Amino acid sequence: MKKILIALFCLPLLAFAAGGGVHLDKWQGSVADKAALQNGAKLFVNYCLNCHNASFLRYKNLLDLGFTEQQVKEELMTTSDKIGDLMQVAARHDEQKLWFGAMPPDLTIVVRARGEAGAAGAGADWLYTYLRSFYRDADRPTGWNNVAFDNVGMPNPLWQLQGQQILNPESHKLELAVPGQLSQADFDKAASDLVSFMVWMGEPQQEYRRKLGWFVLAFLVLLFGVTYALKKEYWKDIH
Amino acid sequence: MAAGNFEKYKSNGTLLGNLLEWFDARFPATSLWKEHLSEYYAPKNFNFWYFFGSLALLVLVIQIVTGIFLVMHYKPDAALNAAGVPVAFASVEYIMRDVPGGWLIRYMHSTGASAFFIVVYLHMFRGLLYGSYRKPRELTWLFGVGIFLVLMGEAFFGYLLPWGQMSYWGAQVIVNLFSAIPLVGEDLSILIRGDFVVGDATLNRFFSFHVIAFPLILIGLVAAHVLALHETGSNNPDGIEIKANKDENGIPRDGIPFHPYYTVKDIVGVVVFLMVFSAIMFFAPEGGGYFLETPNFYPADPLKTPPHIAPVWYFTPYYSILRAMVWNFFGLDAKFWGVVAMGASVVIFAFLPWLDRSPVKSIRYRGPITKVMITLFVICFFILGYLGTLSPSPMGELISQICTVYYFAFFLGMPWWSRMDKFKPVPERLTMK
Repeated sequence: MKKILIALFCLPLLAFAAGGGVHLDKWQGSVADKAALQNGAKLFVNYCLNCHNASFLRYKNLLDLGFTEQQVKEELMTTSDKIGDLMQVAARHDEQKLWFGAMPPDLTIVVRARGEAGAAGAGADWLYTYLRSFYRDADRPTGWNNVAFDNVGMPNPLWQLQGQQILNPESHKLELAVPGQLSQADFDKAASDLVSFMVWMGEPQQEYRRKLGWFVLAFLVLLFGVTYALKKEYWKDIH
Repeated sequence: MAAGNFEKYKSNGTLLGNLLEWFDARFPATSLWKEHLSEYYAPKNFNFWYFFGSLALLVLVIQIVTGIFLVMHYKPDAALNAAGVPVAFASVEYIMRDVPGGWLIRYMHSTGASAFFIVVYLHMFRGLLYGSYRKPRELTWLFGVGIFLVLMGEAFFGYLLPWGQMSYWGAQVIVNLFSAIPLVGEDLSILIRGDFVVGDATLNRFFSFHVIAFPLILIGLVAAHVLALHETGSNNPDGIEIKANKDENGIPRDGIPFHPYYTVKDIVGVVVFLMVFSAIMFFAPEGGGYFLETPNFYPADPLKTPPHIAPVWYFTPYYSILRAMVWNFFGLDAKFWGVVAMGASVVIFAFLPWLDRSPVKSIRYRGPITKVMITLFVICFFILGYLGTLSPSPMGELISQICTVYYFAFFLGMPWWSRMDKFKPVPERLTMK
């Protein structure tokens, strides 16, 4: 009987342990790191927001990252935007469809949608890997392919910073063929900062949510003490 | 309990007293209070399992109150906004970001949905352990099964509203199931959707069901469930009728007034529950991808089918049973039999009062057969639930078929195995453990 039970329990685990996909590099950043978030916000506005929307986020939300209103207006917005506006691109969707084959997805909560593994930070790890995994591929219309997302429609937006990688056909590893403006370590840091910003953007109040959670739990612990004493007092005669 | 024999409130001469007397002469305030709280005698030995009834009521209140506030900003509209995102999807993110405290309300509601099922499953399991569905409480149980069915509908309709990928394709898959019914199936599924595919018409009618129709039915059934319970009195972990042993005043010797004894006790349960609830809501609101499924952070796209469509965790055991049926019988499609098996696996709970033939109610006085049968049932339920979250596979299919067979054997064999057991003598009076 016991053996059958154990078998019943273990079989599904064995059967489905396989699978997975590309190996994901661990994102080491933090949404508490204001400097990284500011750097990430600048990278996002300069390299992502030209094609992708962040249509659930407003420019004024960037003030929470420690930017001054003047900095946001001068460095992060186009002149036609107002600070309360949603972060949307001017590019027309039908044109984008023509250029890329599909409308580039909204990126505001992409980090949450990409957390397929369910584990904490899975979406961040995926983005961190994806942003650093582009390589030159003459067979693709854009000239770019990606190890983490085969035949992706998006060209490498960060190629000037990273340089150009190629996929070694024998070792199946990425190699830097043309160096970019940043060293590999500096580029990894930039990609990490960009991911930090995108993790923050996925849920801007997340730090506050966790902080509030501790207060609520502390209150409930106190309330438990009071209510438990009350119950004990009332029930002392019940046997 | 002799209902309605409560004395009317007599004024003590003060203004408030006079007002209460006037009120009580025209409304059964005193008698309702006494009948259902201060003079409702409950067995004194309720244990851990007896917290989940009041907790289910608490979650219902949380869902209704948070729901009222969500509806103030939510928009059931499948059209695309200026940024190319469906309005319904964008309105949820608007609540999460731009509405003050909106994220808290929304997480309470989404966590509350899963909490509702956790609490209700534990509440039902209590009934199974102590035979709470047995005579004279069959009707209480039937109302309860009704609540469970309506709750499943309520959850299903609500899950479409965020209009994410899993909302959309989950609804598409489930509504398509109805098309497997012979003759009327196709028309029925179109009637449910209001369109040939899930679309704006579907979203709007599901919204209507979710915020008006089903909550109304739910509240009515909950009232009936509690009224029926208070008519017969509560069961207890010993499965003894406390009304069989009353004192000279007609009060059960093993009963204590629900208020204040169980109100103060249930408040402790509420606080502990809120700790767990808050821990999830504040620190892991996605519930590891089970409470808020990650693909649902992509807006619904009718042109892009996700690689793997899985219902939310609380439906996965039944979804596994659906997928376990792969044979065509009597010239009817396997999908139809899957729907039949899935429906039967839920409705079969209603027959428990008549399937259970054990001479004693509580598991405390039942023998090894019952304990093994129930343990295996719980294991099968968990395995089916786990398999339902995964993509189909030959191994998963075989295991879910084995578990499905056991699931039904548990119920259909109950009239026999429940009688075969070794039973212990049931004591005269309640035991305090």
